[in-house]
Amino acid sequence: MAYTEEELKKELETQEYEYGFYTDIESDTFPKGLNEDIVRAISKKKNEPEWMTDWRLDAFRIWEKMEEPEWANVNYEKPDFQAISYYSAPKKADPNKSLDDVDPDLLEMYRKLGISVDEQKKLQNVAVDIVVDSVSVATTFKETLAEKGIIFMPISEAIQEHPELVKKYMGTIVPKTDNFYAALNSAVFTDGSFCYIPKGVKCPMELSTYFRINEGGTGQFERTLVIADEESYVSYLEGCTAPSRDENQLHAAVVELIALDDAEIKYSTVQNWYPGNSEGKGGVYNFVTKRGLCEKNAKISWTQVETGSAVTWKYPSCILKGDNSIGEFYSIAVTNNYQQADTGTKMVHLGKNTRSTIISKGISAGKSQNSYRGLVQINSRAENARNFSQCDSLLMGNECGAHTFPYIEAKNKTAQIEHEATTSKIGEDQIFYCNQRGIDTEKAIALIVNGFSKEVLNKLPMEFAVEAQKLLEISLEGSVG
Amino acid sequence: MDLKEKLVSSFLVFEDNIDVDNDVHDIRSKAIKNFEAKGFPSKKEEAWKYTSLNSLQKIDFSLFPKKESAIEYKDVKKYFLHEIDTYKIVFIDGIYSSYLSETTHDGVDICLMSAALTKPMYKPVIDVYFNKVASKDESLTTLNTAFSKEGAYIYIPKNKAPKKPVEIIHFSTGNEAALLLQPRNLIVVEENAELQVIERHQSLTTNDTFTNSVTEIFADKNAIVDYYKLQNDANTASLIDNTYTDQKDTSIVSVHTFSFGGKLTRNNLNFYQNGERIDSVMKGVTILGEKQHVDHHTLVHHIEPNCESHQDYKGIYGEKSTGVFNGKIIVDKIAQKTNAFQKNNNILISDKATINSKPQLEIFADDVKCSHGCTIGQLDEDALFYLQSRGIPKKEAQALLMYAFANNVLESVKIPELKTRINKLIANKLGVRLGFDL
Repeated sequence: MAYTEEELKKELETQEYEYGFYTDIESDTFPKGLNEDIVRAISKKKNEPEWMTDWRLDAFRIWEKMEEPEWANVNYEKPDFQAISYYSAPKKADPNKSLDDVDPDLLEMYRKLGISVDEQKKLQNVAVDIVVDSVSVATTFKETLAEKGIIFMPISEAIQEHPELVKKYMGTIVPKTDNFYAALNSAVFTDGSFCYIPKGVKCPMELSTYFRINEGGTGQFERTLVIADEESYVSYLEGCTAPSRDENQLHAAVVELIALDDAEIKYSTVQNWYPGNSEGKGGVYNFVTKRGLCEKNAKISWTQVETGSAVTWKYPSCILKGDNSIGEFYSIAVTNNYQQADTGTKMVHLGKNTRSTIISKGISAGKSQNSYRGLVQINSRAENARNFSQCDSLLMGNECGAHTFPYIEAKNKTAQIEHEATTSKIGEDQIFYCNQRGIDTEKAIALIVNGFSKEVLNKLPMEFAVEAQKLLEISLEGSVG
Repeated sequence: MDLKEKLVSSFLVFEDNIDVDNDVHDIRSKAIKNFEAKGFPSKKEEAWKYTSLNSLQKIDFSLFPKKESAIEYKDVKKYFLHEIDTYKIVFIDGIYSSYLSETTHDGVDICLMSAALTKPMYKPVIDVYFNKVASKDESLTTLNTAFSKEGAYIYIPKNKAPKKPVEIIHFSTGNEAALLLQPRNLIVVEENAELQVIERHQSLTTNDTFTNSVTEIFADKNAIVDYYKLQNDANTASLIDNTYTDQKDTSIVSVHTFSFGGKLTRNNLNFYQNGERIDSVMKGVTILGEKQHVDHHTLVHHIEPNCESHQDYKGIYGEKSTGVFNGKIIVDKIAQKTNAFQKNNNILISDKATINSKPQLEIFADDVKCSHGCTIGQLDEDALFYLQSRGIPKKEAQALLMYAFANNVLESVKIPELKTRINKLIANKLGVRLGFDL
C-alpha cells in the first residue's frame, strides 16, 4: 500500500512521546517562588563561598529590573516565576560514592534512556557527568581525565575546588545583564558542568552530560562553562530527554565556551525534551543562552539536533574575536504538533580573516512553527571576513509554518558574505522518481528527510549520531533511517 | 516645539483651509490621531532598526509653502525624460504647476489629487480606492493620509492604455528654508489596462527638504503597471516613499527603484496579492557615496494561490554610505503553489561603508517554492586584472564591473530612453565615462 504524506501526517500527530516516563525519586525540593532568600538558600545549600552568593544576588537584582523578551516568533503562556521551585536534588545523591552506590531507580531510568553509565561506558569511551534534577550523581572517567590535567566536574564542585578559574571566566561571555533568562539563570543556577582543558592537551574522549527534568514543577537552570586553553581540543556532548508532564516546565540554561589561542571546541547537543502532547498541552520551555568566544586561530563548532520542547528559544553564538578564528553552526530543528522553535545563531566577526559557516535545516510538521533567526555581523576591523549561510526549510502538511529572519550587517569592504534560504515541501516528482525505482513512498520520504538533514547529522560525533537518528525517528515518524 | 507636535497642531489649520464636510475629513482625522499616538518611528522598532529619523526631526521644516514659486522649463529640462513625449504632472514645492505639466482626460484621467478629492465626478473612484490599501496603522503613512491633499491622480479605465508614459515630478525650490512635502498619489488601472509611470523628486536648493510620500496602486485583472522611481536627489533631500499595491488576478506590477542620490531615502514597498496568477516584481539598483543612506523595505503578501513574486536588489556602497535591505515575504496558508524569490547582492567599495541586509521569509503553506539569497562581496580581482592588462585604467575597469553587476536589473526597464538615462546616471555616479555607447 502506498504510504502518503497524509498518512505520515496522521502518524506524526498520534506519535506519543516514547521517553515519557517518570521515576519516583525522593526529591529535596525548595518551596515555590523566587526572592533574595531563595537565592541565598540555593547558594547556602551548595555551600558556596561568599563571592558566589554576592554574584547570584547581583544577578537577581538585575533580573528583577528586566522584562521578559517578546520579540521572538513564538507564542506561549508566560511562566509564573513565583510558581516555580528553584531547587530540587535527588536525596540519595552523594558525589563521592562509586557507580555501585548509585540509586538503582536512577540507573533504571538511564537504562531506559539508553545512557551507558555502566559497562558500556568503556566501550563507548564516553565520560558521562549525569545531571538529574540539578545535581550530578555520577561522574565517570574522572581519573583518566585527571591524568591529562583535564578538569571535568559539576560546576558546583568547581566553585569549591577551582574558584580562580570560575571567577575568572564565568559571566565573561554571557554577562548577567545579557538577557532576561541569562540573568535568571545567573541568580538561581543549581548545577551544570565545568570543563577545563589545559594548554596543548587534546581531550582523549568525548565529554558528555545528560540533563533531565524530573520532579514536576521544578525548573532546571543549568550552567555550563567550558574553557579550552591554548592549543587544546575538546569535544563536548550534551543531550536531554525529559519525562511527560502536563505543566509547562521551564529550562533556562546558560552555556559559555572559551577557546583560547589555537584551541578548538566542538559542542554538540541533542535536545529531545518533552514537546507536549498532540493537542499542544504541556511541554518544556527551552530558553537557552549559548555563546562562545574564539581567541586567535581558535575554532568553535556548534552542532545541534533540536527535536523536543514546546517552545525553543536558542541561539548558540560565536564571538570571533581573535584573528583567523572560525565559527561554525550546524543545526537541525524538527517541530511537530504545536511545537514552536525560534532558533539560529549569531556570528560576530571582530578579528581579521575570521570565517563562519551556518547550516540550518528546519523541518516543520503538524501545526508547528519553525523559525530561523540569525545574525552575521562583520565589524569594521574584521578584514577578509568570510561567511556562508544556508537555511533550508522543509514543510510537511499545510498547517505548519517555516520562517527565516536573517540579519546581515557588514561594515568592512573586504567582507564576503553569502546567505541563501529555501523553503519547499517534499516534491511530488521526487516521490515519483523514487516510486518509479521501486522505493515505496514511506522509504522515499525517509530518504529525502535523511538526505535533507545529512549535512548536519554528519557533523555529529559517532556516539551521538546514533542518538540523533533515534530522536529524529521519534519526532518525525517510523520511516527515517 | 518638535516636529511631531508641530505637525499635529498644524492639522487643524490645514483642515480649516480645505473642505471639512468632505468624506475624506473622517479619514484624515482618524489618520492624525494614529500619528499622534504613535509619533515618528524610532530605531527601537524592528522595522526601523537600521534607519534613524532623529536628525530629520531636529530640522525646523516649513509645512505649507506661503507663496508659489516659478521655475523656467529650460532650468529643469534635464530632469525630464525630454527625449520622448510624456504626460507630465509637475509640482513645485507641493503646488501643482500647470505651466510645466501636461495632463489629460482623453479616455483616461491623468490629473491631480486635489481635483479628484473635491470634484463630484471623481467621487465614485475615490470612494472605492482612496486610502483602501495604504496602511491605517503605520505612523508615517497615516501622517501623509492626514495631510493628503495634492499629488498625482491616474485612472485608466478598462481596456485602455495611455499613449505615452506619465512623469510625476516634484521640485522643491527651497525659497522658504527647509520644506516638508507630503504628496499623495492614487493610481487605478482597471481590467486589461496598462500604465507606465516615472516618478522623481528633485530638490533645486541646498536647503533641507523632507518628502513623505504615499502612493496607492490598484491593478485590476490582467492589468500591467510599470513604475519607475528615479532617486537622484540633492544631498540635502530626504525621502520616505510608501508605496502600496493591491493586485487582482493575473495582473503584473513591477516597481523599479534607482537610488543614487539623496541624504536619507527609505522605500517602503508593500504588495498585496488579492487574486491568482499574479506577478509582482521589485527591482532596484542602489549606488551610494558620501554619507548617504538608503533603506529598501519590501513586503510581499501572498494571499491567494498560484502567484509569483520576484525581487532583485543590487547595491554598491562607497565612502561612508549605508545601505539597508529588508525584504519580507509572507505566504498565507491557502496560498499554495506560490513561487517567491528574493535576491539581494551588495558590493562594499569603502572601509567606512555599511550594509545591513535582512531578507525574511514567513511561510505558512507547504506547497511553495520560496528562496532568498543575499551576498556581500567585492569586485573580482581576477576580472579587474584582466581588464587592466588590456589597457583599461583601473577606475574604468572597476566601473565596468560595477556596471555589469547592476545591469541585469536594467534589462527589464521597458522604456529605452529611460534605460539610457539611467545608464548615464550610473556612469556619472561611478565617476567615469564608460567607453561604450550607452
